Amino acid sequence: MTRPTVDLRPTTQPPRAPSRPITSLLVRPQVIALVAVLLVNWALFPGFFTITWQDGRLFGSLIDVLNRGAPVAILAIGMTAVIATKGVDLSVGAVMAISGAVAAVLVTSGVAAPVAVLVALGTGLLCGLWNGILVTVLDIQPIIATLVLMVAGRGLAQLVTEGYIVTFSDPLLIFIGTGSFLGLPMPVIIALVLMVAATLIVRRTALGLLIEAVGVNRSAARFAGLSANALLLIVYTFAGFCAAIAGLIVAGDIRGADANNAGLWLELDAILAVVIGGTSLMGGRFSIPMAVLGAMIIQAMNTGILISGFSPEFNLVVKSAVIIVILVLQSPLSARLLRRLPGTPK
Amino acid sequence: MIETGQKPVLEARGIVKVFGQHRALDAVDFTALPGEVHALLGENGAGKSTLIKILTGAYQPDGGDLLLEGQPITLRDPLHGQTYGIGTVYQEVNLLPNRSVAENLFLGRQPTRFGLVKRREIEGQARALLARYGLDLDVRAELSEFSVAVQQIVAIARAVELSGKVLVLDEPTASLDRNEVERLFDVVRGLKAKGLAIIFITHFLDQVFALADRVTILRNGRKVATQPLSAVNTTDVVRMMLGKDLAFEHHPTSLSGGPQGAVRVEFKGLGRKGMTPFDLAVHEGEVVGVAGLLGSGRTEVARLMFGVDAAEGGTITVDGQPVTIRNPAQAVAAGFGFCPEDRKLDGIFGDLSVRENIIIALQAKLGWFKALNRDDQIELSGRYAEALDIRAADHDMPVKLLSGGNQQKVILARWLAIDPTFLILDEPTRGIDVGAHAEIVRTINRLREEGLALFVISSELDEVVAYSNRIVVMRDREMVAELHGDDIAPDVIVQSIAGTRAEVRP
Repeated sequence: MTRPTVDLRPTTQPPRAPSRPITSLLVRPQVIALVAVLLVNWALFPGFFTITWQDGRLFGSLIDVLNRGAPVAILAIGMTAVIATKGVDLSVGAVMAISGAVAAVLVTSGVAAPVAVLVALGTGLLCGLWNGILVTVLDIQPIIATLVLMVAGRGLAQLVTEGYIVTFSDPLLIFIGTGSFLGLPMPVIIALVLMVAATLIVRRTALGLLIEAVGVNRSAARFAGLSANALLLIVYTFAGFCAAIAGLIVAGDIRGADANNAGLWLELDAILAVVIGGTSLMGGRFSIPMAVLGAMIIQAMNTGILISGFSPEFNLVVKSAVIIVILVLQSPLSARLLRRLPGTPK
Repeated sequence: MIETGQKPVLEARGIVKVFGQHRALDAVDFTALPGEVHALLGENGAGKSTLIKILTGAYQPDGGDLLLEGQPITLRDPLHGQTYGIGTVYQEVNLLPNRSVAENLFLGRQPTRFGLVKRREIEGQARALLARYGLDLDVRAELSEFSVAVQQIVAIARAVELSGKVLVLDEPTASLDRNEVERLFDVVRGLKAKGLAIIFITHFLDQVFALADRVTILRNGRKVATQPLSAVNTTDVVRMMLGKDLAFEHHPTSLSGGPQGAVRVEFKGLGRKGMTPFDLAVHEGEVVGVAGLLGSGRTEVARLMFGVDAAEGGTITVDGQPVTIRNPAQAVAAGFGFCPEDRKLDGIFGDLSVRENIIIALQAKLGWFKALNRDDQIELSGRYAEALDIRAADHDMPVKLLSGGNQQKVILARWLAIDPTFLILDEPTRGIDVGAHAEIVRTINRLREEGLALFVISSELDEVVAYSNRIVVMRDREMVAELHGDDIAPDVIVQSIAGTRAEVRP
């Protein structure tokens, strides 16, 4: 038999929204904030924008910001996807410690470095999968589900290292943390590649839209025939994978795995970076590059306070003040106020 | 019985309540007399709960007056209402399950000495209090150890103690079995004899006739009637609840001839706990309408069909091929679409654009890696927005900014985009303004003419009559009758729902 088709005539094109001019990208609050923080750093330390070329790589405070900010940026890439589904992953800091510990213990016990790296990344995937299973199969609230691994993960890392700081001198691991490629530090290269790859994957496939749909309304997603659980599993697993990469970088940087301190509190910086990047904790619309930008704002502030000679205690206070400013700028209230300003196009 | 000229305890005059642009209550009058049980009836969205919330102080009316024993009063909140003697017991027992029965009864007003609670005194008083309700139980035990019926009675006892003039029972019997209902009714009758005014809300008509003296029926925010129950029968009540004004003409074309196309979708013995298994075949170019009161199992049938709730038995075939549907994704893969009753909760993605809302089901069906590119999306959303006349300034705006009618059309467009074989619509016109309402009805008729198989649930009888080839009547979670041809008329449906018509089993 012939399949009846609902033949509703295609006709005129719908009204099309004008494409966004590039200038609107530059006036985003995040970009303004980053520029402002960098200018303040420059005022405090006139050599801030100076970049030199030495021994085949770039040096300078700006490069330092990129390099130091890379681990949080990498965490933020995974965290963005999780938060877009209306979830959160508190365990990424602990997963960093686990992955660093696994890699360090393996190389010190004679396993080939590439294998150690792959096993560490695999461990991160498993940690993420565990979170995903708690959130989907057991339907536990994400904040609680990932709190389990946040607490237990650091213990696991200590079990792996047997309580010691495991130091190593493996060239591959050290290269991941401190090496350079095309003049840029490896962590920056890794973060950039991951950012571009993740952005392409979510935007060139339907994953991005489906993740946003699950975040906006999980029930409606189910009714629309989406496999919300499969998406959530992927997203949490990806966050675990990102955390494992960040853990390798941090371990390579200090040439050792410190189960107690590696990645400590970085989950909070990652969440902050995502929020500064404009992704709502209520789920939905997300932007991976903006989250990376958020991580850079945070690191620029950290670096600025360090080089300005203020005592590090100021760091947290200044940071919170800047964050409040950024969040106020993003709030619906200031959007309304801006609209009232004369002369601005609506 | 009610004597004429009796002074009402609680009186509401010309109550108006507006939410946004929606008039939830429009000049509603209501009186509660001492020593009567006054039933309040209406379908979802009729305004029952809004009225109750105004009577108890949870909402403030936008117009009209509340009078308590002839004196105008203004209630700030339910606690304030309680001080005036108006108490409420909700369907979900609103007490503390992990505290003792006695503590629940006296919470907030425990007798104390030197700031310490006099536990023994509370327990004694609680026992005495419950004895008046025919309950003899260990008042020191946690409330959660007792059945819902007992908890319900404890809640009533507490409400009556605290207020004592007007008692509002909001669907108290929804989770009780027959014996428990009887027990509860005895308690209510006792309170009635003491002169309390009792307002009783339920979906069960037999309980209304068993317990209530008068009934007030609301529909679409307006009062339809207040009648002594001795003057009406079930059919009258159902008719008043569902309305009988013929706003739509029954489509005469080809509808009376019965199904003509081939069978597209067939359900055999589909059922689940608390839902009698049913058989149903839906043909090409056919609308099967579903009529029944709220709680009759209409929505449950739709959820079973679409795999929202997994069926515990039965088979489904599409175009003669057996299919497994245990979740909505499988239903979508089989070519089913479902516009759910609660559009906001289960239907729209408020923050996503109109375009994304339209293409999302097709995208889910295609899978993650076959992304529809922007041009495809624009073409699809443009086509269906045009066909269904979705009015949106542009398709990149969030769908939550659209009106209810346009949102409903967006969900309809979402399903048309997957080129469905079978479409389930649950209350497609709820909460939609009159203009959009007629449009949706026209769209359903057009889809049928184009050969779709549809299953449409609606409380609006005139509407079901306007587009159905067949009507399935549901009562007590069972398909009790199937109406064809000339039987597709509001009066016949009302009789069938009320159970006063000789039934032909499907």
